[in-house]
Amino acid sequence: MITCLGDIFRPEAGVATVRLLRRLGVQVEFPEGQTCCGQPFFNSGYPKHAQDVARHTIEVFERVAVDAIVVPSGSCAAMVKVEYPALFHDDAQWHGRATELASRAHELTDFLVNVLGRDDVGASFRGKVTYHFACHLRTLGLKDEAVRLIRAIRGVEYVPLEGLEDCCGFGGSFAVRFPEISGAIVHDKALAIVRTGADAVVATDAGCLMNIAGRLHRIGSNVRALHLVEILA
Amino acid sequence: MSTTYAQHEHTDFTGASLEALETPTLQSALARLGVTLAAGNRAAWGALPGSDELRERARQIKDDALARLDELLVQTEDAVRRAGGYVHWASDVAEARRIVLEIARERGVKCIVKSKSMTTEEIHLNPALEEAGIEVVETDFGEYIAQAAKQRPSHLVAPIIHMTVEQVAEVLSNHLKQDLPPDASTLAKAARAALREKFRTADMGITGANFVVAETGTICIISNEGNARLTSTVPPIHLAIAGIEKVIPRLADLPVFLKLLARAATGQKMSVYTSLITGPRREGNRESAVGSSVENAAASGALLPTAGSLFPELDGPREFHLIFLDNGRTKILGSSYRESLYCIRCGACLNACPVYRKVGGHAYGGVYAGPIGAVLTPLYDGLPDYPLLPHASSLCGACQTACPLKIAIPHMLVHLREDLHRESEMVEAESLIYSLCKLGLRWPRLYRIGAWLTTRLFGGRAGGWFKSLPGPFAGWTHARDFPAPARRTFREQWESLNGESDRGAKP
Repeated sequence: MITCLGDIFRPEAGVATVRLLRRLGVQVEFPEGQTCCGQPFFNSGYPKHAQDVARHTIEVFERVAVDAIVVPSGSCAAMVKVEYPALFHDDAQWHGRATELASRAHELTDFLVNVLGRDDVGASFRGKVTYHFACHLRTLGLKDEAVRLIRAIRGVEYVPLEGLEDCCGFGGSFAVRFPEISGAIVHDKALAIVRTGADAVVATDAGCLMNIAGRLHRIGSNVRALHLVEILA
Repeated sequence: MSTTYAQHEHTDFTGASLEALETPTLQSALARLGVTLAAGNRAAWGALPGSDELRERARQIKDDALARLDELLVQTEDAVRRAGGYVHWASDVAEARRIVLEIARERGVKCIVKSKSMTTEEIHLNPALEEAGIEVVETDFGEYIAQAAKQRPSHLVAPIIHMTVEQVAEVLSNHLKQDLPPDASTLAKAARAALREKFRTADMGITGANFVVAETGTICIISNEGNARLTSTVPPIHLAIAGIEKVIPRLADLPVFLKLLARAATGQKMSVYTSLITGPRREGNRESAVGSSVENAAASGALLPTAGSLFPELDGPREFHLIFLDNGRTKILGSSYRESLYCIRCGACLNACPVYRKVGGHAYGGVYAGPIGAVLTPLYDGLPDYPLLPHASSLCGACQTACPLKIAIPHMLVHLREDLHRESEMVEAESLIYSLCKLGLRWPRLYRIGAWLTTRLFGGRAGGWFKSLPGPFAGWTHARDFPAPARRTFREQWESLNGESDRGAKP
C-alpha cells in the first residue's frame, strides 16, 4: 500500500520500498485500484466517509492474493490495522473483512524487523543520521524497530534525537487549523534536529516528513528529511 | 499570563493560545514539563514491574464500578451514615453550591480552609462563598498563590505551573505585605506561617476526594504538603465534594490506584500524605473497642471494621459531610465517552501533550485543561461553546500512553469532532469538501486523474517549495514551506519499476 501522500508527494519512498523488498527476496505487487486509506476522514470526525473509503481499500486488497500488505507509513498502517476493524464494530460482515485485511497489513519497519526478522537489510549510507519516532508507531505498539534498522546500516553514524518520541505537530488538519501552535511544536522539533549535527533526519511517515522538512527548509537548514526506506534501499 | 484568560473561564481558545505562545515566561515554564513531570511519569512506569497489568487492573475496577454505580453509591451512602456522616446529592453545579452554602449558613461558618480540589473548581465554589460573606482560604501552596493572584489553576496537580518563581515571589510579597526573595523554600515557609493561623481558626474544612470506597464509606485524599490532613481534621466541620465517578467498590481496590496515581502525577512511588477518612470523630472507649473490632474485621476479611463495629475516633471534626456531584456524569455513563469517567485527575496527559506544553492550561478556557480537558469541558459545559477544543490535538496519542488508566482520549476527541458536525452549522462547507474528496477516492480513475493533474500542474514547481499557500491551506505556510508534489506519481513509475524486476529479482 503506497498511500496517497506517498504516491503524489514522495514517490521515491515507494520506489525505495519496492526495491528494498525485492532485494530481500520478496515478490511485490501494486494493486492500482488503491487510493487513500481514509484516515483524513476518520480523524476529522467523518466516520461514514471513512467507512466508504475503507470498503474500497478492503475490496482492492482482497483481489490480490498476497501474504502481507506492507505500508511505508505508520499512520496509514495504524488506520488499516487498528481503526478499520473498529470502524465496522457493528457490521459483522465488514468487520470480518476489515480484520482479515488488518491481519495482513504491516507497517514497513514492523514487517522488516518483526516479520522478516531482519535488522540488517544490507544497506549502506554515508553520513550522520538522526531519527524522529512517528506517533502512530506508538498506536501500532512498535518501539525501537527503526533504530535497529538504522544502526545496522553500513557507514551511518546514528545520533539519537532529543525528545525522540515527541510529536512533530503535524496532525493532519491540526497543522492548518492551528498554524501557530503546530508551527511552535515543529520549530522545537527542527531545532532539536539541527542540534544533533546530523546530515539527515529520517522518519517513517510522509506526513511528519512533510512537516519537518517544511520547517527545516523555512529556517534555512540543510539537514535533509528522508523517509527511512530511502536510506535502507 | 496577566490577562483575563488566566482569571476567568472563556471560550476563546485561539486568542488565548496565541497569547500563550507569545508569553516568554509561560513558554519557559512549560518547556520544563517534558523533562520534569512527564519524564518522572515515564521513569516511574519503567521502574514499576508489571505496571501494564496494574493499569489494566485499574481499568477493570473502574469498568466494574461504573457498571454498578447506582448500587455502589447507595452502599457508600449507607456506610457514611453508619459512620456518623452525612451524604448529599447534587445533580448540577448550582445545587452543589446551594448545599455547601446551606450547611455553612446553618452553622454560622465565617472562615473556610480548603485543600486542593478540581471538583470545587468545577462548581465555582469560591466566588459563591465569598459572595455570601464567607472567607475562603486555599491551603495547597500552588492554589494559595493562584488565589492571591486571582487566577485559575492551570494544571490538575500543579496549579501554578505557568508561573516562574519570580512571579510567585511578587504575588506572595504583595499578598503577605512582606519583601520575599524568589526562593522556593523561603516562599513556602512564609505561606505556611500565614496558613497555620487559618487552619487553627477556620470553622469548616473543604476537601475533594481522590477516591471514595463504597464498602466502608471511606474517602481517600492524597497530598504532598499535609494541608489536606489539616483541612480535614482541625476545623470542627469537614465537607468533602466528589464526582460520583470517584467511587470504587472495595478498600482492597485502593492500593491499585494509589500505586498508579502518584507515579502518574509526579513520578513519586507514593504521595507524602495518604489520608483515609471514615466519618467524623466518634466517642467511645478505644481500648476495649479495638479488640472486638479487630476480631470482627478479621472475621469479615476487611481491613477496616465493618458495620456496627467502628473504631472510636477521638480526633477530627465533629461533623462530616460528603457531597456527590453528578453534573452530567450520569449522561456520560451511557455514552461513547464513558471512559472519561475513569480519569483520576493525575495530570499525566497534560504533561505529555505537545499542545498543552505550548499553550498551557488557561488557553483551554474551562476548568479542566489539556487532552482530558478537551474532552471533559465540552461534555460538562456544552460542545457548541467549545467547538475548537476537540480539534486542539494532533492526535499523537502521547496522552493515552501516559494515562494510568489508558483512557482513549484521541478516540474521544475524534468522536467529539463527529458530534460537532451534527451540532454545528459552521462546518457545512468543510463537510462538502470532504464529501467530494470521498467520491474521488472511491473511484480510482478519478483519483488517478486528480493525482496526475496535481503532479503536472505543480510538480517540482517553485524550486520544489511553496512559500505561501492560498485559502484554507494558508495555515500550513505560516511556519513552514510546502513541498511541491513530485513530477510523476508512484503509480506512473510502477510500470518501469516492474520492468526492473523482470530483469532482476523476480524469479
